[in-house]
Amino acid sequence: MTDKDANKRSSTFNQRLLHNKLAVAGLVVVALLFAVSLLAPVIAPYDANAIDLKNILMPPGSSHLLGTDQLGRDILSRMIWGARISLKVGFVAVGIATLIGTILGTISGYYGGIIDTLIMRAVDLMLCFPSFFLILTVIAVLEPSIWNIMAVIGFTSWMGVARLIRAEILTIREREFIQAARSQGASDMRIITRHIIPNAMTPVLVSATLGVAGAILTESALSFLGIGVQPPTPSWGNMLTAGKDNLEYAWWLSLFPGLAILITVLGYNLLGEGIRDALDPRNYLKK
Amino acid sequence: MMTFIGKRIVLMIPMLLGITMISFLVMNLAPGEPIDVLTNLNPKATAEVRERLRSHYGLNQPLPVRYVNWLKRVLRLDLGYSFAQDNRLVWDKIRERIPITLTINALSLLLIIIVALPIGIYSAIHQNSFMDRALTIFVFIGFATPTFWLALLLMILFGVHLGWLPISGLQSSQVAHAGFWLILGDRARHLLLPVLVSAFGGLAGLSRYMRSNMLEVIRQDYITTARAKGLKETKVIGKHALRNALMPIITILGFSLPGLIGGSVIFETIFAIPGMGQMFYGAVMARDYPLIMGTLLIGASLTLVGNLLADISYALVDPRIRVGHHD
Amino acid sequence: MVNHPVVWYTSCGNIIDGILPYRDLLESMHKKIISILIIISLLSLLAACGQSSSNEGGQKATKKEQLERKNVDKLPPAHGDTIVVGSIGDASNLIPLLASDAPSHQVAGLIYNGLVRYDKNLKLEGELAKSWEISTDGLTITFHLRHGVRWHDNAPFTADDVMFTYRLIIDPKTPTAYAGDFEQVKEAKILDPFTFQVVYEKPFAPALASWGLSILPKHLLADQDITKSPLSRHPVGTGPYKFSQWKGGEKIELTANPDYFEGQPYIDRYRYRIIPDSATMFLELKASNLDWMGLTPIQYDRQTAGKKFTGKFNKYQYLSFSYTYMGYNLKNPLFQDQRVRQALSFAINKQEIIDGVLLGYGRIATGPYKPDTWFYHLPSKKYPYNPEKAKQLLQEAGWQDRDGDGLLDKDGQPFVFTVMTNQGNALRAQTAEIIQRRLQEIGIKMKIRIIEWSAFINEFIDKRKFEAVILGWTTGQDPDMYDIWHSSKTGPKELNFISYSNPEVDRLLEKGRHTFEREERQKYYDRFQEILAEEQPYTFLYVPESLPIIAARFHGIKPAPAGISYNFIKWYVPEALQKYTQ
Repeated sequence: MTDKDANKRSSTFNQRLLHNKLAVAGLVVVALLFAVSLLAPVIAPYDANAIDLKNILMPPGSSHLLGTDQLGRDILSRMIWGARISLKVGFVAVGIATLIGTILGTISGYYGGIIDTLIMRAVDLMLCFPSFFLILTVIAVLEPSIWNIMAVIGFTSWMGVARLIRAEILTIREREFIQAARSQGASDMRIITRHIIPNAMTPVLVSATLGVAGAILTESALSFLGIGVQPPTPSWGNMLTAGKDNLEYAWWLSLFPGLAILITVLGYNLLGEGIRDALDPRNYLKK
Repeated sequence: MMTFIGKRIVLMIPMLLGITMISFLVMNLAPGEPIDVLTNLNPKATAEVRERLRSHYGLNQPLPVRYVNWLKRVLRLDLGYSFAQDNRLVWDKIRERIPITLTINALSLLLIIIVALPIGIYSAIHQNSFMDRALTIFVFIGFATPTFWLALLLMILFGVHLGWLPISGLQSSQVAHAGFWLILGDRARHLLLPVLVSAFGGLAGLSRYMRSNMLEVIRQDYITTARAKGLKETKVIGKHALRNALMPIITILGFSLPGLIGGSVIFETIFAIPGMGQMFYGAVMARDYPLIMGTLLIGASLTLVGNLLADISYALVDPRIRVGHHD
Repeated sequence: MVNHPVVWYTSCGNIIDGILPYRDLLESMHKKIISILIIISLLSLLAACGQSSSNEGGQKATKKEQLERKNVDKLPPAHGDTIVVGSIGDASNLIPLLASDAPSHQVAGLIYNGLVRYDKNLKLEGELAKSWEISTDGLTITFHLRHGVRWHDNAPFTADDVMFTYRLIIDPKTPTAYAGDFEQVKEAKILDPFTFQVVYEKPFAPALASWGLSILPKHLLADQDITKSPLSRHPVGTGPYKFSQWKGGEKIELTANPDYFEGQPYIDRYRYRIIPDSATMFLELKASNLDWMGLTPIQYDRQTAGKKFTGKFNKYQYLSFSYTYMGYNLKNPLFQDQRVRQALSFAINKQEIIDGVLLGYGRIATGPYKPDTWFYHLPSKKYPYNPEKAKQLLQEAGWQDRDGDGLLDKDGQPFVFTVMTNQGNALRAQTAEIIQRRLQEIGIKMKIRIIEWSAFINEFIDKRKFEAVILGWTTGQDPDMYDIWHSSKTGPKELNFISYSNPEVDRLLEKGRHTFEREERQKYYDRFQEILAEEQPYTFLYVPESLPIIAARFHGIKPAPAGISYNFIKWYVPEALQKYTQ
């Protein structure tokens, strides 16, 4: 694939993506999330863990824009730092899943045969377990630290990526440019990393975007059960859970994290779908 | 065809064994033992008492022995006794909870199908219109809202302030001895919110899939041909596009079969519904190995059956698969 | 219904009777005027002596509200109605000696009786035993059992049942956690069908109280494997309530026992609803679908005052039978110096924890006992919040900030430790966070780890792999603390998990356990509390208050040292206010 082709391909992709208003909205949300997370130390008005027992459960007001929690901590600051945690959980979990899935899917698709069968059987095996049950079991068995949570979500969601990659590999494997590279004596490794993976990544990108959204939701589900990110570290999931017993009286405890999760997951989903639509040339034949 | 099915079934057995072995292993690597819940920090439980309990539950034998013992009993369809203090048969406990989980999941699936399919079709036909966008956002909001939060908000609105619907549980006290229709009506009122909340979260998946399927089919050549032939648009959509788009949907339903008995623990906790999810979660926390393995076994078996049915429907639809050029 | 004409007849009847003799006089005098005057005076007399029956018949609702608002205990007891109680967890087994979870015991407590129980002032009184004698050497207790008590299936209760229960609980094949106390018994005898006698090896102070255990029916359980008995799901006892129904994970229903030996309870039905989520449970309470629930401090203080609550519920508060503490692993070199532990106790502001986390609903704990019990003793060594004193003590113990990093250090090591607590308890987590801040202020870095219960106990507590913990103990009615504080109880999985060892304390605990004389015991336990206060193996944090809320229609609730449920069978709903008919 020449550079010129690559450029043309990406510019049409950009055009298509930006045309899709919903995807743009999603992109804005994701960008905002990144910005808030990066700037957290700068923009948070208070220390997220600063306890102030004289001001517990204050409603949103001038000194605390989003109110305070049961220990007097500023909700806005906790939300900002929570953004960082949510992003971290999403990315690391998806990163692990993508890494494992890519490796296994590539090996499976490229080499075929027994290896392929074994790996696909393993995928089937893993898919037999309802994934949430699996996550639950492992977290309950280990301890609920951020790293364990991210690792477990990652280790239980690689199967989709593996299948996607494998399917792509199967189609690409026999293409001419691969034959050409092989005939030139390129090693398997080189062929895989230089040619195959870049071409197979497109569906993975979509899957990854949707995966981040899923990871954020999973973290909030784990928090509800008490095995999500542990206090005092703020995460949107554990903030939402902490506020559920006082939903009417101290509505600010749960409204803001809840909306944050909703908008973020919505944004990621819209973006992911937008990318998928933009990558699929057939969608743009009609109008 | 029959050899195809036969092959599939034979492949299922090592899968089942693999599943049980993994579950058994994972649970036993865990810290904690089932008797802890009985004796922890109970000032009256001395060391001898603990030993006595351990031998009672057979926990003092090596791992492989315990696994084989369990497996032997399973083959006799005896899933054993739960380690929980109620000492009941695992099968009894599971059997008690399956009906309600099944009911809610089935109703929810029905609602999803009824609502998501039209949404998907409409979205595909009117791609990029305002309605398409609005519906897209709507279904994604359903997916993106944490279930327990949505559930609580609806409970507050309909249960506490308006008083139209019950808040949690399955039955009101007043209808315990009433007639059949009253009990049914009461049950329906109790299930309304859970089914709604559950369905709202599942709309996104099916509607988006339907939409993209329809889009793909609409662009196929034979549709263009049909239009060129002058067939009315409704006939084009109705007869050709729809039929072709629906087939993958049917196989998706096959994959939903195991989901029917999987309960969401969060959902059941918040609505106080005694379902499979809650039972499984409690079993995990209490290290109730027989119950955990019994549930995983039934769940995994159903998944495999679901996969088999899905594969069969694929084969029925696509002759190439039957002949053996699959995978 | 108070609309009884009888009421004003009986209290005002004599007045009307008194007027009748003057009838002739009335007729002969200016009849009209006088009759009007009489009518007026009669009416004012009626108003004075009758109830305010200005709204007669047809306006029951307003009357109900008035009554509910006043919570007048003068309304006569009536049988009927249902009490709906909420619980986070389901019971597991309704044979009490096989279960160790609170829901099982809460429900079973209404179905079974023990030989003795605690009265409202926490003194032991007879339940199935109407009296007992303790021999002069303290080794033998002879119980005289009540006659005429029947099991729920009508079989008669006798000493055979007591003997059976005793043999069952010490049987090695019975998987029970409660055998410990009964293994101290040397011999048990049935002297006659209503006399049961036990002989102990040594005088054992908790002995009498231990016979509060639930007595089980021999005729239904003998010669059976207790773990497979149907009584686990369909219990039969002698108690005030009979088992009616158990829908797993949903509810347990009990109905009043009409033949109960203390008299039939007034509340006809007890419905135990299982609602696993606390937020949902509070909403059910708010919608008046629940009658009884335990509130958190925030709910008690701020969320139960609006129109959904005023007049519909009554709230109660009393010190709970438990305390929360921070325990130190005494095998860890960090905590071996007594001055360090004392410093930590000075550095923690317990009052602020009570005010901030408990919203004031609690009291500072000074030792392992509940403040209003007979064996509680206020130690002379106290630990008010004093960070300066803390720093001074730490300095004496060799801890100073020598490298200017804000943390105290000694021999090149900074003062850092991790405190662990169990997941599922928001109050403890918040307590930990507050302590973290205070210790940071004096230069100690405390990290927090919240761990799931089973893992916590098995990996960390039992294997002694912890530095400090925040936990709680429930406190009983007997001061015996042998299992928690005696140096022989430091083995793996035993309760002295901080490895506390003090020979004087050992002696005091042994003597206290084997003495019956209250005054003598008090001396031992007073000295015990003084030592604990001095040595601070725990930093005793607080004794929280129980904060139950109960629907206002329930009358007869009388808070006492034992709490409020001691007289549950005497609670009632006046006929006018009854809500449920099934």
